[in-house]
Amino acid sequence: MPLPTAYSPNYYSLDDILATQERTPCKFLINVPKMGNLNPSTIEKDLPAGTALELPMWLVLEMSTGRQPIVLPELPKIYKEAYREILEADACAVDLHKFNLYFYELGSYAKRFDRKGDVHQTLLHTFRTRFRQLMDLADNSISDPSVQQRLDTLERRLFKDGYNARTKLNAWLVESGATIEAANMVINHKKRKRLNMEDLMK
Amino acid sequence: MFGEKGYALVKELSRYEDSLPPYNTDLVNEVSNEIKLLIDQNKEDAQMTTDEGSGAPSMVSTIRIRHAAVKRNLRCLMAYHYNRIRCLRTMRWEFGSILPVDIRANLSSAESEPWQLICGQSVTGGVNLAVDLKPPKALYIEVRCLADYGNLELNDGSVILLKKDSRHYLPRNECEELIRQGVLRHIV
Repeated sequence: MPLPTAYSPNYYSLDDILATQERTPCKFLINVPKMGNLNPSTIEKDLPAGTALELPMWLVLEMSTGRQPIVLPELPKIYKEAYREILEADACAVDLHKFNLYFYELGSYAKRFDRKGDVHQTLLHTFRTRFRQLMDLADNSISDPSVQQRLDTLERRLFKDGYNARTKLNAWLVESGATIEAANMVINHKKRKRLNMEDLMK
Repeated sequence: MFGEKGYALVKELSRYEDSLPPYNTDLVNEVSNEIKLLIDQNKEDAQMTTDEGSGAPSMVSTIRIRHAAVKRNLRCLMAYHYNRIRCLRTMRWEFGSILPVDIRANLSSAESEPWQLICGQSVTGGVNLAVDLKPPKALYIEVRCLADYGNLELNDGSVILLKKDSRHYLPRNECEELIRQGVLRHIV
């Protein structure tokens, strides 16, 4: 199904929900009674101060804000100094998909944990450097799927949109007559049905 | 761990790019049960804190964590349903007013209702909004049949037989829907 493309302020955005499920390390500042089940390595009922855990982003965000923060959040590994240096050196050569599926979305949350603002700069720099390559890819799409596999979710969507716009423009330039076509979902639905039929024949 | 089931629900939906997965009643129920459980535990602990005053250790942080999980689960549930309805709305434009049977089977009973509503909306005041999605250039177009469809009665009363691989010259507004549904193909 086509997903809505709106970003983090969108309460219903599936991508945002998936991105905030990624884990980030944090350290508990105070004793939390009855929350021992958050730490899978103990069977104690309470969670003592000083425990270091990796928890989902949504929980860490909720716990680290407010007047009395419960945890002290740390940067996820991929936004730390060592990884930032790799990105500064040459962002185009990096397989962002392997870093994280939601590199930019997660980064926009993680940058709050970094007071110096280096993460912010790195994100911007990475996107700016890679965008040129991305546009080039979308405009001159070669039949090499391995290039697409190195993009993160945001980039992949931009690539798809750019590619579709390109094909549409080309179609219009070659032939400006508007053909009525079968709807996208109908075509895909038929293909799927055919596949199911083939399964049954076996 | 909190919120795992809600996440599984959203993950499942996000895997389908162009279709609607079956409504996952079991998982939805499990998520709502988790929400209920968390709220009950919170009530209990909040009661305890107010009863005993300063004697018991403060439960505020525990309650906060549980409440965050409740909010998260709610968000997952809402997003799941909202995005399914959105998909249905797109399907109304793509498939026309009648859904294929296998997709209809994937809807929950509560979802068939919005479908009726959406169908009513796109025919407003006698104008069918799903016609002429692209600006027409000619009244008649040439089409080829891609499937054995059977008889089609035109507005002027004549009946034509749509057989596979046959060619016809038809009024544009009467065959547009069939083209969208993949029965006919427009030949330029």
